[in-house]
Amino acid sequence: MSKGANELTLAEAARALRARELTVRELWDACAAAAHAKNGELNAYLELFEADGAAIDAAQKRIDEEGAAAPALCGIPLAVKDNLLIEGRVASAGSRMLENYRATYDATVIKKLKDAGALFLGRANMDEFAMGSSTEHSAFGRTLNPRDTSRVPGGSSGGSAAAVAADMAIAALGSDTGGSIRQPAALTGLVGLKPTYGAVSRSGLIAMGSSLDQIGPLAKSVGDARLLFEALRGLDPLDSTTIPEDLYPARPVPKKLRIGVPMNLLASGLDPDLKAVFDATLGKLAGAGHTVIDIGLPASEHALAAYYVVMPAEVSTNLARLDGMRYGRAARGATLLDDYVLSRTEGFGEETRRRILLGTFVLSSGYIDAYYRKAEAARVSLRYAYDGLFDRDDAAKIDVVAFPTTASPAFKFGEKSDPLSMYLEDVFTVTANLTGMPALSVPMGTVAREGKDLPVGMHFTAPHGAENVLFAAAGEVEKLAAS
Amino acid sequence: MATTDDVKKLAALARISIPDGELATFTAEFDAILAYVGQLEALGPPPAPAAEKPELRNVLRADGAPHAPGAYTEKLAEQFPAREGDALLVKQIITYE
Repeated sequence: MSKGANELTLAEAARALRARELTVRELWDACAAAAHAKNGELNAYLELFEADGAAIDAAQKRIDEEGAAAPALCGIPLAVKDNLLIEGRVASAGSRMLENYRATYDATVIKKLKDAGALFLGRANMDEFAMGSSTEHSAFGRTLNPRDTSRVPGGSSGGSAAAVAADMAIAALGSDTGGSIRQPAALTGLVGLKPTYGAVSRSGLIAMGSSLDQIGPLAKSVGDARLLFEALRGLDPLDSTTIPEDLYPARPVPKKLRIGVPMNLLASGLDPDLKAVFDATLGKLAGAGHTVIDIGLPASEHALAAYYVVMPAEVSTNLARLDGMRYGRAARGATLLDDYVLSRTEGFGEETRRRILLGTFVLSSGYIDAYYRKAEAARVSLRYAYDGLFDRDDAAKIDVVAFPTTASPAFKFGEKSDPLSMYLEDVFTVTANLTGMPALSVPMGTVAREGKDLPVGMHFTAPHGAENVLFAAAGEVEKLAAS
Repeated sequence: MATTDDVKKLAALARISIPDGELATFTAEFDAILAYVGQLEALGPPPAPAAEKPELRNVLRADGAPHAPGAYTEKLAEQFPAREGDALLVKQIITYE
């Protein structure tokens, strides 16, 4: 084989395992060796697990016995974001608060992956409690972008992205509240999917914004992202926000896609060379027979502001449970109130504290109408605007919305030191979380910065439940980018 | 405009303490964020609800024991900062003087 085993895509590795070109042990060893060799520099993993001999043997046995019928994930080593619970393992969410917290049960997605025979290489670094777009907010050091180590890998799932991009894992799990899978995927040259709200169970995900959070894959190809999504999705009695697969009407993939592009939002603010790559990709899609349609999305202008009200409100609520009483950091003072305040002040980093205060503010009685209710209204308007584009029969009907995942390629460490400029990094990705629609980033090319080619991503949004349409659109971009 | 006193008050409500040295920066950054999200104030009321959406539904399960009693007790108790048997030990709140 010309490629190292750790450099294979998930689909390639699954094929090689079944063709007896590779054993599960060899695949694990190749990934683990790369992870150990590179982690000192990249800090993609907070912890690398020892090989689980029993799980490796069981996966090999299953492939030997079941062959093609064995799940695609069987024997595949994955990186897992540090906010997903694996029973008996530390799950710190990148925070001092949970530095020594050991999970008492498996997240539903972990259980599904274990049942499918997947293997876990380690805990991937992240911004504290998934708040950030660079991993600079991790309490345990930043992760470097393997494409250019002077730059951020994106975030908050930056460790997961770096691990896959540097071939330290075949694929990874992340979580996405405002772009935390798609933005790091774009900045490291991967495919990242945020599924439809409710498609994947969040039981065992350390919650950030409960009306926004979804778990999804970061992968080396569209096909790999699809394999992981199929393995993760499904109703779960432990997460009552999960939806049956037939809740939303099925949307067959049209032979020729109608791709809506909100040109009004892209008129300014994008790096010119990134915009050029985006336009060239649209040109190729049109050349392949797809239709590109300029759509006005006026409601999108308020999306980021609405997100930065709704999200902190939910953060302040979710993180209220971390009080130093039952688990996590437990500082002790003179009174019970001191115990709470000391534990939370020592446990939470600066960005987490900022968002808790913002959330406390927008939910306070004097301001809830001015901020929170207005944000919820903006959210409803946004959703109607998208629904109106997808569900119509005239010439303006579209199958997907496309824009660049980010306005710029990966930025340098420290470049976005004031909070608001970091928040603006999410401007394109938050809408899918606010509407609950599935969205994906797929590599569309590179732009040069200081002699390095940095990847940039194209972002697609589809109607609720239409991940199949997303994969079709992203598959076209993948195919056209390779040609 | 948020003042340092506002931020202190919010911090107290959120059971967090902001060191005095960080208060001025924190307040300035907080203000910038509020100014940004303040654009929402200009928005009108939300549009009238469209046709009923399929996702609006109740999710209920039958009452009953989701797992055997005590199945997780030891695992959870191991995480307690202080314990007495299977009980979580906390400071006495009411004192009798």
